[in-house]
Amino acid sequence: MQQVGIEIKNVIKEFPARRGEEPVRAVDNISLQIYEGEFFALLGPSGCGKTTTLRMIAGFEEPSSGEIILRGKPVQGVPPFHRPVNTVFQDYALFPHMTVLQNVMFGLEMAGVNAREARDRAAAALEMVRLKQFDRKPRQLSGGQQQRVALARALVKQPAVLLLDEPLGALDLKLRKEMQYELMQMQEELNMTFVYVTHDQEEALTMCDRIAVMDRGKVLQVGRGNEIYETPHSRFVADFIGETNFIEGKLTAINGKKATVVLPGGVEVEATPDQTGTSLNSSVTVAIRPEKITLVHVSLPTDQGLNARVSTAEVMSAIETEEDRTFVPGTIIFSNYIGTDTRYTVRIGESSTLIVREQNFGNFKDITFKVGDQVMVFWATENARVLIQ
Amino acid sequence: MALSFDLSSSGGYSSRERRRGFSLAIPALIWLVLFFILPVCIVFVVSFLTRGQRGALVLPLTLEHYERILGPVFRPVLFDSLWIAFLTTIICLVLGYPLAFFISTRKSKQMQNVALFLVILPFWTNFLVRTYAWQIILGAEGTINGMLTGLGLISEPLALINTDFAVLLGLVYGFLPFMVLPIFASVERFEFRLVEAAYDLGANDLRTFLRVVLPLTLPGVIAGCILVFIPAIGSFITPDLLGGTQGIMIGNLITGQFRGSGNWPLGSAASIVMMIVVILGLVVYSRIGRRAS
Ligand SMILES: Nc1ncnc2c1ncn2[C@@H]1O[C@H](COP(=O)(O)OP(=O)(O)OP(=O)(O)O)[C@@H](O)[C@H]1O
Ligand SMILES: [Mg+2]
Repeated sequence: MQQVGIEIKNVIKEFPARRGEEPVRAVDNISLQIYEGEFFALLGPSGCGKTTTLRMIAGFEEPSSGEIILRGKPVQGVPPFHRPVNTVFQDYALFPHMTVLQNVMFGLEMAGVNAREARDRAAAALEMVRLKQFDRKPRQLSGGQQQRVALARALVKQPAVLLLDEPLGALDLKLRKEMQYELMQMQEELNMTFVYVTHDQEEALTMCDRIAVMDRGKVLQVGRGNEIYETPHSRFVADFIGETNFIEGKLTAINGKKATVVLPGGVEVEATPDQTGTSLNSSVTVAIRPEKITLVHVSLPTDQGLNARVSTAEVMSAIETEEDRTFVPGTIIFSNYIGTDTRYTVRIGESSTLIVREQNFGNFKDITFKVGDQVMVFWATENARVLIQ
Repeated sequence: MALSFDLSSSGGYSSRERRRGFSLAIPALIWLVLFFILPVCIVFVVSFLTRGQRGALVLPLTLEHYERILGPVFRPVLFDSLWIAFLTTIICLVLGYPLAFFISTRKSKQMQNVALFLVILPFWTNFLVRTYAWQIILGAEGTINGMLTGLGLISEPLALINTDFAVLLGLVYGFLPFMVLPIFASVERFEFRLVEAAYDLGANDLRTFLRVVLPLTLPGVIAGCILVFIPAIGSFITPDLLGGTQGIMIGNLITGQFRGSGNWPLGSAASIVMMIVVILGLVVYSRIGRRAS
């Protein structure tokens, strides 16, 4: 059993109403348990309350109600400078009158580290974020460089808990990948607890042990990256993390792990029912990832097998094992070559469309499907999920 | 007089902007030359002339006035004035900084405006009138003494008027707004998220103030101190009305020399000496300020 490092219990944060406005409920009754040594992500769209949540953990805001427990101690009323937490601020908040090195040394000085050691440790932290301009003032640095100073300034204290508010947002892709790697390594080596705010789902998936997906002040789902990706509980989560097809229809039958949904135009598809249970004949959404769908030409007789150029070993085995799957006829209406993959838009039934991703194994000329082709679309039933809307 | 106080934190303008800035300043420069530089030159020349019959200015050139100013009669007045101006500045700073801080951290813009309005409200009444009012308040039969005797707390009136204390009170009262306004402006520009950053890094309130808030609001403090110190050392109305014979300042000496059958060369020499002292003070002060920030 892992130790809980940060516990957030039924926390609500409401900002008082401005004149003629409703009060803003930035955080709406969230509960989270973040374990010691965990790399935890808060993921959600702009304005969903990520920063506000961090600010309450750091102590800059007090919850309107609810409780925050840091390493076993309730922290209500404890000022920020007495909390074992450091923050990488979304807007950096560097001290403009200090040099880069002085900024990074500040926290160590406050902790009573002697000047010599502070300097060495600050220099090491700056080296880690690949920054050499020790003696510049923050305003003489680019946005990305400032962000790295902010990162170094918080990291150098090696706190038990580090709160990172979109700490890599201003960096270019290459540097961001490097920093991601450095952060992951550091977090593991020092066994720190990271609460990592991002609205980049890919970053959350690659870096974090667990992810909390937030929307409008609420936590919608918490889980490991693959759980959230493969089994989103709501349309919002499915949509926010990765690309997802949503097809609307009517639920007509539930048979164990198999639900039947009728699309407009009478086409029947099969999918995994929602855990919470959905009543028959209600309107539902079927969610399915573009990469989980396979296309085959209908012109080829099915007993001759699939078109060799699209088939993959995986697809073949899926078919051979007679796993539950849904076949739906469709028409290619758009095709978009994006390098590693080709994205097809396929019309099925009367008004539904699906995005399908096919990996490009061979040469470009091998691409089999053209706009207007009649195709058969299929997927394993367990990969399609019925969601309540 | 190549004094430069870095009051804004944003330096570095392009040369084009600098050239345009210069042409915009031409009217003000003409004004300064005509009504400031030229008079100072005249005063400078006069300070070396001799006082003739009925105050006429005649040759030969002489250093006698400077000798008198720096001699035993006038020197103590000069030092007293410096001391009083210095005290005035310190008291204004101690009172003004928290006040400015309080005003600029009010959430509602309206509250801020009302508070600022109250700070400058005294300017709506003539300075002379306000100083006379202090005379009435502090006088032997004035408001304070009247109240205290009425309550039977004292039998003899307190000596409030015609003391250094009264002068100091009057000066602080008169110049406090000059301290509050520039400090307000720089606290207002201060970004309070930096306080959060300092807290986050483990600095308590005091250290946050000393290491982050004060350095970043120092431009306002410097400007406020200059704006208080310079008029305070040259003031003559306040010491005249509230200080009596006790609280004479160098400003009184100088005005005395230019009135009636005064001694213009002596007054000019006193002015020049005072100016040099003030400039020296500013140079030292700006050095300290620059090193601190
Ligand atoms: N001090 C405040 N007063 C009033 N409303 C606030 C305040 N701070 C935040 N809010 C509101 O609370 C909501 C959540 O804000 P928050 O900063 O936590 O979002 P976020 O998830 O960090 O977004 P982003 O990804 O854009 O940084 C927003 O609607 C915001 O307008
Ligand atoms: Mg934010």
